[in-house]
Amino acid sequence: MPIQIEIISPEKVLVSREIDMAVLPGMEGDIAAMPEHSPMMLLLRGGVVALYEGDTVTDRYFVGGGFADITPTRCTILADKAVPVSEISIDTATAQLEALSEAWDKADKTDMTRLSVLQDQILAVRAEIEAGSGAA
Amino acid sequence: MASLKELRARIGSIKSTRKITSAMKMVAAAKLRRAQASAEAARPYAAAMRRMLGELAAATRGEDGAPRLLAGTGQDKVHLLVPLTSDRGLCGGFNSNVHRLTVQTIRRLQAEGKTVRLLPVGRRALNFFMREHADLIVDHVTGVSGKEVPFSVASGLGDKINTLLEAGEIDVCTLVFNKFSNAMLQVPVCQQLVPMVVDDAAKDAEPANDVAQGDVAQYEFEPDEATLLAMLLPRNLQVQIYASLLETAAGENGARMTAMDNATRNAGRSIDSLTQVYNRTRQTNITNELIEIISGAQAV
Repeated sequence: MPIQIEIISPEKVLVSREIDMAVLPGMEGDIAAMPEHSPMMLLLRGGVVALYEGDTVTDRYFVGGGFADITPTRCTILADKAVPVSEISIDTATAQLEALSEAWDKADKTDMTRLSVLQDQILAVRAEIEAGSGAA
Repeated sequence: MASLKELRARIGSIKSTRKITSAMKMVAAAKLRRAQASAEAARPYAAAMRRMLGELAAATRGEDGAPRLLAGTGQDKVHLLVPLTSDRGLCGGFNSNVHRLTVQTIRRLQAEGKTVRLLPVGRRALNFFMREHADLIVDHVTGVSGKEVPFSVASGLGDKINTLLEAGEIDVCTLVFNKFSNAMLQVPVCQQLVPMVVDDAAKDAEPANDVAQGDVAQYEFEPDEATLLAMLLPRNLQVQIYASLLETAAGENGARMTAMDNATRNAGRSIDSLTQVYNRTRQTNITNELIEIISGAQAV
């Protein structure tokens, strides 16, 4: 029995089809969404969502953080940003990483909320670069 | 009566005006189609967001210390109004409708003894409120409309509102914008963002089979509800702003299309009536000349 997967970015719907399993990059560890999974809401870190049909990965998407809503029949991913792994632009991502590292150096080291936001962003961009170079 | 030369010049100038308005109409029509498409593409995200938020709000209901975005500051003193308009004019009553509704709301709130702050979005709103209520403006955003609306504009705006709210500078936040119903009709509306209005319509729209499948099964949350809610709420704010920005973009082009269509038609009508006057004047001149010649000949 397949599960309906939807990957939605603020601008548009990227994926909406039936697959057998999706592995999501949860904030506290990866989670596989399969049919009959108990209802769950998940905070995502920047990472790769892998879509499985049978035992093979058919598609890989990079999501830059977001939320996932898993029900027994459905898995909806609300991504802050989502791109197919094959279309990741490493140059853009590297530039972004540099800008973020600079912001990190300049940031007020006592402002914990700002620091943790920056840290999450840096980790997400690093994950993007990693995913992109892995695919190339 | 105007001379023939004057009439010719006027007809010529109206003709070129008509060319411009009809070109603007066509550009607006093309942009409208694109704006509508992107507004539609953004809808699933907003819908899924509402559904998740509904679940979360239900799960955290009754707990103390709800985030300010959801529950507000518990006061009702300082209102932030965010009028959304376009950067350019020439789109009929599109912007002035928003201005009028905003001014009405300001008057009503001030009559109730509330403090009002403004955060105009779009150059038209900024210019208008600089004249009318310059003392109320806390911040502004321009350069939004025209091209495609990037999500970053909405997230920046959301962050601004959130910062003001967390600093305790505002208690209630309301968007004023034109709701796009079709190319001819945009209705100015007020939409309250903070504290959040949980609309039941969104919950009803939830697919029935989900509810049946989920049955009594409670949602699990990872990390916990409070953290998730704290992440989801600012996001939701941004998404709602983004949706209204897209509506504004679509509405602006729709309004401009209609306005320019009217202008083109009016230009055509005035060219017709001016041409008639021109021909009649020409005829009169010829007749006069003839009469002069004939009476001159008779006098001899």
